[in-house]
Amino acid sequence: MRKSLLALAAGLLLAGSISAASAADKLKVGFIYLGPIGDLGWTYQHDLGRQALVKELGDKIETTYLENVPEGPDAERSIEQLVRAGNKLIFTTSFGYMDPTLKVAKKYPNVHFEHATGYKRNPNMSTYSAKWYQGRYIQGLIAAKMSKSGVLGYIGSFPIPEVVSGINATVLAAQTINPNIKVKIIWANTWFDPGKEADAAKALIDQGADVIMQHTDSPAAMQIASERGKLAFGQDSEMIKFGPKSQLTSILDTWGPYYIERVKAELAGTWKSEDTWGGLDSHMFAMAPYTNMPDDVKKMAEDAQAAITAGKLHPFKCPIVGQDGKPVECKGGDHLDDGQILGMNFYVKGIDDKLPGK
Amino acid sequence: MQLVLEKRAERSGAIALVSPMIAIGLTIVTMVILFAILGKNPLLALHAYFIAPLTDGYSLQEIAVKATPLVMIAIGLSLCYLANAWNIGAEGQFLIGAVAGSWIAVKTQGTDAGAWVLPAMLVLAAAAGALYALIPAICKVKFGASEILTSLMLVYVAELFLDYLVRGPWRDPHGFNFPTTAEFDPVATVPLLIEGGRLHLGSIIALLVVAAAAILLGRSIKGFEIRVVGAAPRAARFGGFNANQLIILTFAVSGALAGLAGIIEVAGPVGHLQPGISPGYGFTAIIVAFLGRLNPLGILIAGLFLALTFIGGEQAQIAMKIPLDVTKVFQGILLFYVLACDSLILYRFKLVFPNRQVAHGAG
Repeated sequence: MRKSLLALAAGLLLAGSISAASAADKLKVGFIYLGPIGDLGWTYQHDLGRQALVKELGDKIETTYLENVPEGPDAERSIEQLVRAGNKLIFTTSFGYMDPTLKVAKKYPNVHFEHATGYKRNPNMSTYSAKWYQGRYIQGLIAAKMSKSGVLGYIGSFPIPEVVSGINATVLAAQTINPNIKVKIIWANTWFDPGKEADAAKALIDQGADVIMQHTDSPAAMQIASERGKLAFGQDSEMIKFGPKSQLTSILDTWGPYYIERVKAELAGTWKSEDTWGGLDSHMFAMAPYTNMPDDVKKMAEDAQAAITAGKLHPFKCPIVGQDGKPVECKGGDHLDDGQILGMNFYVKGIDDKLPGK
Repeated sequence: MQLVLEKRAERSGAIALVSPMIAIGLTIVTMVILFAILGKNPLLALHAYFIAPLTDGYSLQEIAVKATPLVMIAIGLSLCYLANAWNIGAEGQFLIGAVAGSWIAVKTQGTDAGAWVLPAMLVLAAAAGALYALIPAICKVKFGASEILTSLMLVYVAELFLDYLVRGPWRDPHGFNFPTTAEFDPVATVPLLIEGGRLHLGSIIALLVVAAAAILLGRSIKGFEIRVVGAAPRAARFGGFNANQLIILTFAVSGALAGLAGIIEVAGPVGHLQPGISPGYGFTAIIVAFLGRLNPLGILIAGLFLALTFIGGEQAQIAMKIPLDVTKVFQGILLFYVLACDSLILYRFKLVFPNRQVAHGAG
């Protein structure tokens, strides 16, 4: 009995090593996820991107992911574990992985890294992100049209430039429709915490907001808006099933095309460290169908989307006046330049709140 | 006929040793069934969990790194628990230690401060952890407040205090508003033991703490006092031991160790202060303390074992595509069996036949 068990064990281990050998010919691509793949938001969309990648190049690559990796001391180990497991291209999909990714990248110069939404790069570490503020601008137009109270509720995650530029783009757009629009902001201080997000949505509605927008990842706020009969925008992914009568549209992160492009480059040996910051024109994100709004609002949104995609409309068109009443320097000709948007650390005039830490 | 638990007249020493083995055995059997249901090869999965991480130097280092804070905190907690003082707030003491030590790192940032910085950080962190732990201890001794509640609630105070600091006054001016301090200077960083690895001096400190605790409990009067006060409070009073003094002392020591673990984690693997520096070490350490049977050597083994399940779970995720949830289920099942088997130390199963009077007289 004992002998046969040992033989069985040996056989199984052997079988395991054979399958590992055949997998070795394939390019191994790793992913580090912040949330669970079932978060129905940020991580879910990254995993959809990975699945699109597998569908397209599945015969040439093997993908592995680690989910629920906290942005703390564990991140560095998790990334290094993927390297040690033979992954040659690794996508780290949250801002907080920036320093850990850089540390591991410096240690393994022959492995390529792709860090989402950060600003630190290395010869073997690219960054990629999307110009979501373009989508926020469209949402701002819709929100101002649809709000009866003239008060928008905004759930922020962290007061980093990406989030701040989203708030500013929203408000600038809304002001073109209703110059007196008000926006109430609550910082959830988390990317994903359905409980906190729901509480924030409730508090915003209690303060008179009738359109809820969010920069956090779960559909919790959408559910609250739906329960209370208010309108809301989804985030990251299609959230219409959580608010069939509430969702106006949603900014959809569509990572698939980018992942496929980068893996193809890796396979072809042409991968280079790059800084990719794509917008509607390069399909880094998309807008969900415009729903729960009259046809004229829908048409306005579609026109704005077309104008932004064609490069005819820039959300940060000058002149832009800061909260302090002074005009913001216009470094990009007739609009703010990329650097100003990527480092945005001020509110525009009309936001009746204080940027945390200012 | 009925199966009942009957209290043993005295603790069974043999079972105390065998019970964790039974627990681990039962866990493995359960996991094999679970893996089989998931359609994974159980032997390969167990290999990924338990054997693979032990076979290369890198994983061994990572196990040590992960176990370091757990062991240090658990040693302190074991002293409290042995003395019947229930410190549940090690997480808060860990955070306050991290904050206090970081204060020096943040204030000396960019100045040419000398080699005194790191030692000063360690000392201040330990002192701050101890002081923070003294709050529930003094409330207990002076006012009779439940130390379980007060120490637990102070965890949230510590969390929010840290949160405030890294979002406000200590925020990295070049960090794009992200809630973190700047990376600490090299003089404010715990030195690495192996070039290119992550093993750091903190692991050595943890080993020293284990040794010190073993000597304290095994060979000193104070250790004896701690054991007596915990095991037989009345006898301790007759013996002239002061239970209140001991609550203060054990809380202070465990707070100091948690605080030390906090700054070592921040100045070591993390490199800067940020929210989320602890994935619940202060709470996991409670489990480690009990898994290790409140014995210093046992805690060392338990800490390493729990770290192994973390690292192994991650490798199983990579190698076998086993979801993270299974690792959590696995840890839960292990604890369940450990606690269940522990009841065998104090109780034994007995078949009772309802028609006989013995069943009533026994209690």
